Amino acid sequence: MQWRHKDLLDVSQLSADEARHVLDTARYFREINSRPVKKVPTLKGRSVVLFFAEPSTRTKTSFDVAGKRLSADTFSLAKSGSSLSKGESLKDTALTLQAMNPDAIVLRHSVSGAAQFMAERLECSVINAGDGRHAHPTQALLDAFTLVGRWGDLKGRTVLILGDVAHSRVARSNVLLLNLLGARVRLCGPRTLLPPGVDTWEAEVFSDLGEAVRGADAVMCLRLQLERMQAGLLPDLREYSRTFGLCERHMAQAAPDALVLHPGPINRGVEIASDLADSGRSVILDQVASGVAVRMALLFLYMTRKSAE
Amino acid sequence: MSTVSLVVRNALWKKKKVDLLVARGRVASLIPSARKTRVEAAQELDASGLLLLPSLTDCHTHLREPGFEYKEDIASGLDAAAHGGFGNVLCMANTNPVNDNATVTERMLDRARAAWPHGPRLYPIGALSRGLKAEELAPMAELADAGCVAFSNDGLPVPRAEFFRRAMEYAWDQGKVVIDHCEEPSMARGAGMNEGAVSGRLGIPAQPDVAEAAQVARDILLADYLKIPIHLAHISCRRSVELIAWAKERGVQVTAETCPHYLTLTEERVEGYDSAAKVNPPLRTRDDVEAMLQALRSGVIDILATDHAPHAAHEKEVEFDLAPCGISGLDTALSVTWGLVEKKLLTLDDLVRAWSEAPCRVFGLPVNRFQAGDPADFLLFDPAAQWEVTPETMRSKGKNTPLLGTRLRGRVAAHFLGGKKVV
Repeated sequence: MQWRHKDLLDVSQLSADEARHVLDTARYFREINSRPVKKVPTLKGRSVVLFFAEPSTRTKTSFDVAGKRLSADTFSLAKSGSSLSKGESLKDTALTLQAMNPDAIVLRHSVSGAAQFMAERLECSVINAGDGRHAHPTQALLDAFTLVGRWGDLKGRTVLILGDVAHSRVARSNVLLLNLLGARVRLCGPRTLLPPGVDTWEAEVFSDLGEAVRGADAVMCLRLQLERMQAGLLPDLREYSRTFGLCERHMAQAAPDALVLHPGPINRGVEIASDLADSGRSVILDQVASGVAVRMALLFLYMTRKSAE
Repeated sequence: MSTVSLVVRNALWKKKKVDLLVARGRVASLIPSARKTRVEAAQELDASGLLLLPSLTDCHTHLREPGFEYKEDIASGLDAAAHGGFGNVLCMANTNPVNDNATVTERMLDRARAAWPHGPRLYPIGALSRGLKAEELAPMAELADAGCVAFSNDGLPVPRAEFFRRAMEYAWDQGKVVIDHCEEPSMARGAGMNEGAVSGRLGIPAQPDVAEAAQVARDILLADYLKIPIHLAHISCRRSVELIAWAKERGVQVTAETCPHYLTLTEERVEGYDSAAKVNPPLRTRDDVEAMLQALRSGVIDILATDHAPHAAHEKEVEFDLAPCGISGLDTALSVTWGLVEKKLLTLDDLVRAWSEAPCRVFGLPVNRFQAGDPADFLLFDPAAQWEVTPETMRSKGKNTPLLGTRLRGRVAAHFLGGKKVV
């Protein structure tokens, strides 16, 4: 497939065939990660800027490893070390980066729409590594890759996304992608953590975890930001974990062999019972491994786009 | 008739061809063109094909001087006003320093008179509280003496009802009405758009329409209890309109304004994180737009205002959350609302009432109904003229409008204030 996109802003840009093509490509790269020498010259001489204007360890490391395994030169830029911390606008930062002529910029930013803002001003590819509450397409793709790795196909499967949907870019991208690949999506959380207009989303919505989990093939827990309590959205962690924390008791209602996912980092005992996170149902570490393969696939597809044209 | 200084012939007023006679800066008479009156005048103008309209009054403008002259200054703002058809401009108090003392008011008025001696005329709105901090009342008597025509805390709504009540009472002692930006602050903190399906999808922090309506309800109840008038700024949603209609039926002294963008644009304009469409209150839903149009037709909404909020390009060209709210509106307001007349969503009478008669009445300014003795503040409007909204065609320093690149119909061909041509 000839890759036609300049940027990856969200999975809504992808057709089902394109999403499957990303996952198929990732499968090839996953094999590289298990070799004794985990490096291929595919992107030798190409450069990727990892611009993380919001703290992130796992996504940034995952992209860094992905780039290096394809022999790309990766350059890290954090907000604290960039001109943004000196008051420079994102536009000027974008233009400065552009002048250095990278092949791709991986952007993490705390404001929804920041990736689109950068993409409209840069000639190189922009890959959204999470923008505000809006989108986290690479996380959704790695989640789908993990599930496809276990099931072969998502068609007819039911995936429950549990927790703080309102503030979650992971949830927004996953709802779109899981539907695109044929899964049924359920959402569950307290009303205070469900987004406005959620009834228009392609998902069944629950506020009772017992009902929501019934027959689900996978439960994807979302990370709970602890400051939600200060905002008056939750009383306390104890009550949240009692009502919406996933545990073995709930999983007994799910489909046999149902899987548990979490984008990390986990608040153990809050979103998910500690023993469940470490159990055979958990694919949380598979997600991390999938992340490298999927991000290798994305860097490859987007950075070789011009030569393919 | 020998004192007539200007005759405007063959203009269309209420679908009839008329001749307008001006003497000593005032309307001398308005007569059917068919009468072929012989008049000796210093100046004669053939306005065939042009509509005659009273000059407009904008009761909600941000002119940014003093303090933010790079966005707009009084001279450039009044330039945009003159070309947009506005003869009276009421400017908000959120300058730097805030217009909470007579020195600022007087400086504003001096600047306006120096730049535009024949008008557009500037009418400052004084701060309701010192520094707009909602902690101490502003010296409203001093401000009224200096020339302020109303009081408002502008975009920083007063959260404490008791303080707001006292401010309404004190302002009314000066014979001035309070203008309230209706927003329950705790429900709108950090919001960049209307709360709903679009904000949920885009992941933008949002405010529900009830944040506006809750404050509208508070203000109506206070006005009813105190028997003091209140003016509600830039109303944007059905919920507020329903409350205002109820209040008016009860006889509460409440008046309200809305802006051209709330009659024409919906929240979908924010798609793509377009900061040009970021405005406070935010653009609402199609249902709200229909409610606003209906309310304007029925008189529940009394006044049209621009909420002209110019910003520099670099301020809007940032991440959506960080962009300031506001649309630059003086240049486009009349053309946009004329478009609604062409679509038969409003009548020309609605426009005249809402852009001219009602704001003059509410804020105690002279009204031009084209009766003998009225101020000769009028404009000739070319309904067939087409123009594209571009940075070059806008006179305001603020080019921040979601209308950039669109073609509008109808434009001011000439504008007279006190019988003198300003455009």
